[in-house]
Amino acid sequence: MSKVNSSNMELDLDRPNIEDYLPTDSIHEPLGKLRLRDLLDISPTLREAGGAIVDDSFTRCFKSNPPEPWNWNVYLFPLWCLGVVVRYGILFPVRVLILTLGWIIFLSCYIPVHWLLKGHDKLKKRIERALVELICSFFVASWTGVVNYHGPRPCARPKQVFVANHTSMIDFIILEQMTAFAVIMQKHPGWVGLIQSTILESVGCIWFNRSEAKDREIVSRKLREHVEGADNNPLLIFPEGTCVNNNYTVMFKKGAFELGSTVCPIAIKYNKIFVDAFWNSKKHSFTTHLLQLMTSWAVVCDVWYLEPQNMKPGETPIEFAERVRGIISARAGIKMVPWDGFLKYSRPSPKLKEVKQQAFAESVLRRLEDK
Amino acid sequence: MGSASSTLTQYDIEDVQEHCNNLFSQQEIVSLYKRFCQLDRNAKGFISADEFLSVPEFAMNPLSQRLLKMVDGLNFKDFVIFLSAFNPKASMPQKIELIFKVYDSDYNGKVTFKDIMEVLRDLSGSFMSDKQIEEVLIRVMEEAGYSKDSSLLLDDFVKILDHPGLKMEVEVPVD
Repeated sequence: MSKVNSSNMELDLDRPNIEDYLPTDSIHEPLGKLRLRDLLDISPTLREAGGAIVDDSFTRCFKSNPPEPWNWNVYLFPLWCLGVVVRYGILFPVRVLILTLGWIIFLSCYIPVHWLLKGHDKLKKRIERALVELICSFFVASWTGVVNYHGPRPCARPKQVFVANHTSMIDFIILEQMTAFAVIMQKHPGWVGLIQSTILESVGCIWFNRSEAKDREIVSRKLREHVEGADNNPLLIFPEGTCVNNNYTVMFKKGAFELGSTVCPIAIKYNKIFVDAFWNSKKHSFTTHLLQLMTSWAVVCDVWYLEPQNMKPGETPIEFAERVRGIISARAGIKMVPWDGFLKYSRPSPKLKEVKQQAFAESVLRRLEDK
Repeated sequence: MGSASSTLTQYDIEDVQEHCNNLFSQQEIVSLYKRFCQLDRNAKGFISADEFLSVPEFAMNPLSQRLLKMVDGLNFKDFVIFLSAFNPKASMPQKIELIFKVYDSDYNGKVTFKDIMEVLRDLSGSFMSDKQIEEVLIRVMEEAGYSKDSSLLLDDFVKILDHPGLKMEVEVPVD
């Protein structure tokens, strides 16, 4: 009677203990004998459910936080209107011009180099790298990007990967203008996909598909191969796997942390006063997002290149990932939540529920023993 | 305060407040409305089961399916009325009534031995066998003076559960 039916569930060693983050008062410490009242009293569990309905830390991660509207009185409104006119009528056309110019320069250099220098791989790579950095700078200029880089610039060495928190695809552009990284990305449709398959191929990119589970092993292998190649561009990974609103970080996927290489963390924090750089991919397409950026005043952000980390002896990849996430979150001044970013696209694993059920069952059976 | 409250007039707020017996302040109702609109992705006027389940903290709750039956498809007013049982100012009978409704899945006003067993199954998952649950339940019910064939009414629940330790309070964040 006293033994709990432990099913074939080893507590999933694959994730940090969520109970460390969430309040667990559904297991009130047992006092004395088990009574009918104790069994019927489901109030702690209901309270947790009610709390989740009213507010939950996961949804908060993906809430857009537009800058506060300040156009709410007679004096400020005309000023704001003037601002709109300047932004859409003057800044936007100038920026489109700059971007177009940038693309013309880029393509007129890139296409010849790509086709003509076929035999001279090293030179071709160097030039293509420089050109990609150039077009990224043009992109950043087209949003009047003011980026403060702190810390030593990344250098290309084998056996190292770079990880950063993820707010929008522009993270990649902002980092790329400083150093030509190779990146691992979700394949996108449309013109973005076209750029991914042509230009980004030249800096070395790895594709994955979130919805394919088998993909994980293939991706893992590709990551390992890339990191070991001495000639490859340094690899940039966004371990959250999805865009988060720059006020929180969600759990890092362990893929980047089990390659046996040094992990160099990069923290990115956008200044919300100017524009909310979070790309809410459920609400807008990337094109809309870019247009929003190009009609704002500026994109201001800080980028910190942090001290490279190695896995400590006895540390699991998950612990390593959480430790690095802690370093990045602390630098950027953002909070950590214990959720998997992919929960945006799928339901939580039943194992989370099972932890609670196991705790309840054990508590009941234990109290039954105390006569 | 942002665009959400502009679609909720003062009349609406007062109407909702009246229906929940003034348990929530006007600010809290505005906050709840923002939350409602956040969960109701395509502005249908109600939150579907799927949208509730997209909140991982809710989906992983062992009683989520039972609660879903009670909240699925509620409009905003009924949503607030449902949540008012979690208000710190709610009366004990109101809280116990919510608990009773969770057990009474066929809404016939009676909670049978079988009903209680089903809730216990939800709570313990695969970690207790039906036999274990039945044994525990029979034992505690007999000690409390009920038999396996008893049906519990709301009054019985109030008698059993009413004690100062029963807290079911959720705070509504107000920015």
